[in-house]
Amino acid sequence: MKARRALDIGRAVANAETTASAVCEATLERLEHETGRFNHFITVAHERARARASAIDSAADRPRPLAGVPIAVKDNICTRGVRTTAASRVLSDHVPLYDATVIERLEAAGAVIVGKTNCDEFAMGSSSEHSAFAAVRNPWDLSRIAGGSSGGSAVAVATRQVPLALGSETGGSVRQPAALCGVVGFKPTYGRISRYGLIAFVSSMDQIGVFGANVRDVAACVGIIAGHDPRDATSALRPVDDYAAATGDDSRGLRIGVPRALLAEGLENGVRDAFDESLNVLRRDGAEIVDVALPHSRYATSTYAIVVMAEASSNLSRFDGVRYGTRATGAMNLEQMYSRTRALFGHEVKRRIMLGTYVLSAGYYDAYYLKAQKVRALIRQDFDRAFERVDVVATPTSPTTAFKLGERLENPVQMYLADAFTASANLAGIPAISVPCGFSSGLPVGLQLTGRAWEEATLFRAAAAYERLTPWTGQMPAA
Amino acid sequence: METLTRDEVLRLARLARLELTDGEIELFTRQLREILAFAQQVNAVDTSGIAEANPDPATGQATLRDDAVLPSLNRAEVLALAPDADRDSGLFKVPRVFKR
Repeated sequence: MKARRALDIGRAVANAETTASAVCEATLERLEHETGRFNHFITVAHERARARASAIDSAADRPRPLAGVPIAVKDNICTRGVRTTAASRVLSDHVPLYDATVIERLEAAGAVIVGKTNCDEFAMGSSSEHSAFAAVRNPWDLSRIAGGSSGGSAVAVATRQVPLALGSETGGSVRQPAALCGVVGFKPTYGRISRYGLIAFVSSMDQIGVFGANVRDVAACVGIIAGHDPRDATSALRPVDDYAAATGDDSRGLRIGVPRALLAEGLENGVRDAFDESLNVLRRDGAEIVDVALPHSRYATSTYAIVVMAEASSNLSRFDGVRYGTRATGAMNLEQMYSRTRALFGHEVKRRIMLGTYVLSAGYYDAYYLKAQKVRALIRQDFDRAFERVDVVATPTSPTTAFKLGERLENPVQMYLADAFTASANLAGIPAISVPCGFSSGLPVGLQLTGRAWEEATLFRAAAAYERLTPWTGQMPAA
Repeated sequence: METLTRDEVLRLARLARLELTDGEIELFTRQLREILAFAQQVNAVDTSGIAEANPDPATGQATLRDDAVLPSLNRAEVLALAPDADRDSGLFKVPRVFKR
């Protein structure tokens, strides 16, 4: 099937030039054939997809603007009647009783959910190897990671099996796999998109994000799912701008800040070259490139680690084998039932739960958790100051291209460093986007643009302008 | 700053209700030390100017909804998801807590 834009598919189905069922069958067939190569889906939702497609086809008024558009969903977002595992043995047979708000909104706009994508267990990881099912493979090089934690969604879009996919972000889990797989990945302002139905990991940072093959599709999708939801107390009562319309403008007059000091170390050469060239492109288009200082962002990964472990240990206490999910058998008493059920967690989850328990315990709370929250405030202040002078901050999305499968699996600290340029936006609660900006030794590189809170439209404008000036978003891995 | 001992790893596992294998205890003792050493990088930051940490990054107005009765999940469906439940009495079942 030829690669098509989400909005083009939606228009063709809405105008009855094709049917949602035809699009759905073609998509399901590809998923059947190709899932084994990349391990990017945990569940293909044949039944639900076909029922939804046929309902759209028989509707008197076909929904817009995503009529019949196939969408893949990360497996930590609840889907009624479709298994939702969070890539964990603890939820390996869990079938939710309700849909996440984002699913309801996408379906109301005509989208067809075709399956649930593989990821790191409970979104804990940067490689999609910490899955109870299988490690996701990068379509540009099958011996490499797809990035994570939303790696499966990135691959589904990179291979153009679907034009759009949902992921979730806590420290870069949409932007980093998007960069490593050569697609667009977006993370909203904290509170912009409802988290109702997203399995909680780090409540002060988790957000649902979007993958797409181009900026306009992503902007349109975000416009559909964004906005207040009374079922999520952290969702904001803020008006949602017309993001798709924002993608029409050029970057003239845009002030782009570059934190040079932050980028001085740890950056792969090919990534630096692609990044520098992307700044040249934007400068030639009329953007102004300005140096900015984010002195505390070099502590983003260590700050992030503490906050994440603390909140994860408390959020994951709900998995006790009592109300839903898997229960270990053969326990002699309640205590043993808890401990054996929770023994089903993978190593990364266990590490974070134990360290979270540690940093929150008496005597250590101030030294770790409180300290990290203060550094977090400083990271945010740096951004506030930078945004007095610039409209967006540009960095590479990831310090490296996709690394080899297994390379960092036994070295958790190395794995955490993959989030070096992404985690600060989550700590600060601000929006960011990754757009493809070239290749290093045949592997995709992403340009990250970070913006002011609630000013997603500026990010879409800048990213779309860049996209039009370069050939990168059209690139696809060899079949 | 101090580092973790094997006994502390066992204590944390007990507190977090995680049954670990011997291999995991060895592996985690080493890895958790490495991660803690990494996390301690935050101590290099002067935070004396930050009086009170503000953990909430959201700048959107928080709101309270009306205290109205809304539909909730169907009880029979919820109990059907449980590993063990008594549907007639509407209770989740767990292994024995006290010795008889």
